[in-house]
Amino acid sequence: MKKKQEEILENREIEIRLLIEAIYLKYGYDFRNYSQAHVRRRILNRFKLSGLTSISEMIHRVLTDDEFVEKILMDLSITVTEMFRDPSFYKALRQSVLPVLRTYPFVKIWHAGCASGEEVYSMAIMLKEEGLLHKTQIYATDFNPIIIRHAKKAEYPVSRIKEFTVGYQKAGGRSSFSDYYKADEESARLIDPLRKNIVFAHHNLVTDSVFAEVNLIVCRNVLIYFNRELQDKVIGLFMESLSGGGFLCLGSKENLQFSSHFSAFEPVVEQERIYIKKYSS
Amino acid sequence: MVTKKTYQAVVIGSSAGGLNALKTLFEALDERFPLPVIIVQHMSPDAENYLPSFLDNMKKIRVKEADEKEIPQPGTAYIAPPNYHLLMEHNGSFTLTVSERVNYARPSIDVLFETAAEAYREKLIGIILTGANNDGSRGLKKVKEMGGMALVQDPEEAESDAMPRAAMEAVKVDQVLPLKGIANFLNTLI
Repeated sequence: MKKKQEEILENREIEIRLLIEAIYLKYGYDFRNYSQAHVRRRILNRFKLSGLTSISEMIHRVLTDDEFVEKILMDLSITVTEMFRDPSFYKALRQSVLPVLRTYPFVKIWHAGCASGEEVYSMAIMLKEEGLLHKTQIYATDFNPIIIRHAKKAEYPVSRIKEFTVGYQKAGGRSSFSDYYKADEESARLIDPLRKNIVFAHHNLVTDSVFAEVNLIVCRNVLIYFNRELQDKVIGLFMESLSGGGFLCLGSKENLQFSSHFSAFEPVVEQERIYIKKYSS
Repeated sequence: MVTKKTYQAVVIGSSAGGLNALKTLFEALDERFPLPVIIVQHMSPDAENYLPSFLDNMKKIRVKEADEKEIPQPGTAYIAPPNYHLLMEHNGSFTLTVSERVNYARPSIDVLFETAAEAYREKLIGIILTGANNDGSRGLKKVKEMGGMALVQDPEEAESDAMPRAAMEAVKVDQVLPLKGIANFLNTLI
């Protein structure tokens, strides 16, 4: 590669790092331990759309323009999710986890990194069908306040209903998915009983700490964006938040193998990345 | 001049017809092939990922699904998991993401090629095989820009010629070869 090109790339890396640092210093959102390849792609996409002439110019915008910050936060958030993503996971949850939770008088669930809420409502539907929803408190958290507002609304474009319905059926739904929403021409809103026991709250896995003791944590396809160090820190946070015998559910490509907290957990359904926290010794 | 020490990795993108194409390519590939091979094959998001075991059973080079944070090893092929993008970090490790589809695809060939081009720079060989869309063109262009080598399957031979043709239109490719020719070229790197 030519020397000039080498220098351009090197400068670009420095500018991206400074931008990430600026976001952290000004707003407290910490992307410094995120996958660099992911952050780089997102920042460069935003740069192309922005019409600005350099990434350094983006730093100034980030410091002074609220709308621009919101855009960057959306870029760096993981907003892609669907109801019953990985239906086999939900089946396993229904078979291996909910029967245990059913024996508890009261259940607390934490959905960490809930994004626009699709997976939280999937859980609520399943809990309802298994007769657990009425005695369950779900905390659904995300670091991005805008996306939490979306999640709270429980409203999705009607065009996505087909995909949700297929997921519901594949996940072993016991009823008809159409029981769970009211649709008009544009959007479908999930019914109120599903939303009743969910508290949506702002929580940043990177910078915030334990806020409740829970029986089940669902955090799927969030850790893959973090470097090993941050992954380990967050798994430690989950460990502290879970009661003994509590369950931890990760995404299908995430596992505890490389975590220093590995020995605190045991697999329940390894294939689906469902783990149980051992009772403390 | 191409010498065998020049290259560090191979990225391959394939879509419609890719299973057969990869099979043909692997049949002709020498089992001593020394570089990591990183593959994005478009597939249905909830498909069982049969491709790694299928290619691994051919007993050529070792084939497995790419794990997050894994560092690709010599003489091993890695397949992007269905419904995840596969990215290369500058430090040479894999990252998986569930971000938006790119060119309607997840995994997307462009995402792998563009990030691998930055990680391996002039030491990368990018290969576009059969497919019915234009994913991979931008990625292959980036491979070229970074000084790497761009190969495309001969569209006359490809089961679907759109993807190779799109790549040839977007990039000044180094060679257009039938699958056997691609394998023969790779075998010269041993």
